[in-house]
Amino acid sequence: MEEKPKIRVRDLNIHIGKQHILKNVNVDIPQNKVTVILGPSGCGKTTLLKSMNRLTDLYPEVKVSGNIFIGEEDILHTTTNITEIRKRMGLLSQRPYPLPMSIFNNIAYGLRISGRIQKKTLNTRVEHYLRQANLWDEVCDRLKDPASALSIGQQQRLCLARGLSVDPEIILADEPTSALDPISSDVIEKKFIDLKENYTVVLVTHILRQARRIADNVIFMYMGEVIEQGTAEEIFENPKEERTKQYLRGTFN
Amino acid sequence: MKLNFKFFTIKRHLRDKLANSWMLICLSFVIIMPLVIGIGLIYKSGPLLRENSLSSLLFSSDWRPMSGHFGLLTFIVSSVWVTVLALLIAGPICLLSSIHLTQYAQPYVLKIMHPVIDILAGIPSVIYGVWGILLIVPFVSHDLAPFFGMQSSGYCLLSGAIVLAIMIIPFILNILIEVFKTIPNELSEASLSLGATKWQTIKFVLVKKAFPGIISAFGLGISRAFGETIAVLMVTGNVTKIPTGAFQSGYPLPALIANNYGEMLSIPLYDSALMLSALVLFVIVLIFNGLSRIFIMRVEKNT
Repeated sequence: MEEKPKIRVRDLNIHIGKQHILKNVNVDIPQNKVTVILGPSGCGKTTLLKSMNRLTDLYPEVKVSGNIFIGEEDILHTTTNITEIRKRMGLLSQRPYPLPMSIFNNIAYGLRISGRIQKKTLNTRVEHYLRQANLWDEVCDRLKDPASALSIGQQQRLCLARGLSVDPEIILADEPTSALDPISSDVIEKKFIDLKENYTVVLVTHILRQARRIADNVIFMYMGEVIEQGTAEEIFENPKEERTKQYLRGTFN
Repeated sequence: MKLNFKFFTIKRHLRDKLANSWMLICLSFVIIMPLVIGIGLIYKSGPLLRENSLSSLLFSSDWRPMSGHFGLLTFIVSSVWVTVLALLIAGPICLLSSIHLTQYAQPYVLKIMHPVIDILAGIPSVIYGVWGILLIVPFVSHDLAPFFGMQSSGYCLLSGAIVLAIMIIPFILNILIEVFKTIPNELSEASLSLGATKWQTIKFVLVKKAFPGIISAFGLGISRAFGETIAVLMVTGNVTKIPTGAFQSGYPLPALIANNYGEMLSIPLYDSALMLSALVLFVIVLIFNGLSRIFIMRVEKNT
């Protein structure tokens, strides 16, 4: 029998106002794999991703019910501090949102607020994470510059390094390449494949080819429902549902 | 048919040109106005400046128009006092309430607050003045001044500042709410996902991101406070003596002009002196706007 899934979503329902955004979603996300949530725009992929991080809490009009287990813990009904849960997950959003501070401080921010870093090690840690995101060589001589001076592709890698800096177990990525040029996208995609050795990666995308390139597991969603889920092979080579087939053929409407 | 068509095309083009030039005229009117006012003030204050040096007027507190002494320092100092005090009162109130409204409060609270702010902004300043005389002046004289071990008639700089603070709150608050609202949610999400608490996110990320906006909001508040006339005039006492404390009476620049212009203009150079004080007011507000703009540009470049 295979390993126990890292994230288990059970009967998740999300309403925004009167709209039913997610309908009875049940998914399993295995550890140390790249799981791609695939589907057309507006199908609830991003909402599903954000609920895993409890970022849905930020919006009072969003009503969530169901269970999301990370390991053994149900994060929707937990007594654990929410910031502790969020620290276990790095988030990469559609467009890079660097914090309004220097390149160095963008990485140091997460390390500092967790308060368990010494001044001496801070420099080496920052370098370590910038290297992990393949960014160190480009920024090592201008760490004090504002992060907004970087190109979009560099900013996205900075955000990746920032996410890694708090030592998460899971990386949540929401169409992280949609604002990037092909070369930067390629860097990010390759990085995800490297990262799955140590992290569980969940990637939201509507780009079919991207999913084919990096997915180990695929969850196909449509109109707030999970239509089909399985390994990349199962979904891409032998889809069972008609709607999945249509989407894969590109004849979806 | 064809002729008709051509006729209409010509007419359309003509209209287009006409519309364009009208807009240009309106625009140039807007651009030229401040220039004309500035030049007018310089021209009118000329006679006084020919007989006295500018610095002797600005840095002297000797105001005796009858014997030809027109030192403006008292009025400038009073204006600065009132403005700074008003900003010290209004600034923290506005900053904290805008953070609460945009980050903590339920959306309906903001919906209620918008009309409240608009009402505050729409109250004529003379009403603020009356309200200041009825409420703030006795409060300062009977409660606040004794509390600090001082004596005051209540017609003092602090009363002016309190009234002024309440008058500029809606303007500053409105801008601050907009500033905080335009910060993308994803920025808070990024900070929160790193394990920051909400307060850490606000303190280290949101306020930092909003900083240029906060400065420009305060800058606008200062400009308004500096030029506000009637409400301040009614509660600050209008005594021509350099104030040395918040509980003393003062005589701000706008009040000087409003109280005296049109009267006693038979005194030589008197109207020229009032025009000079108007010019000083104009220039100070201008400098302030300019400085906050430069500051915003520099900050935006660095973040």
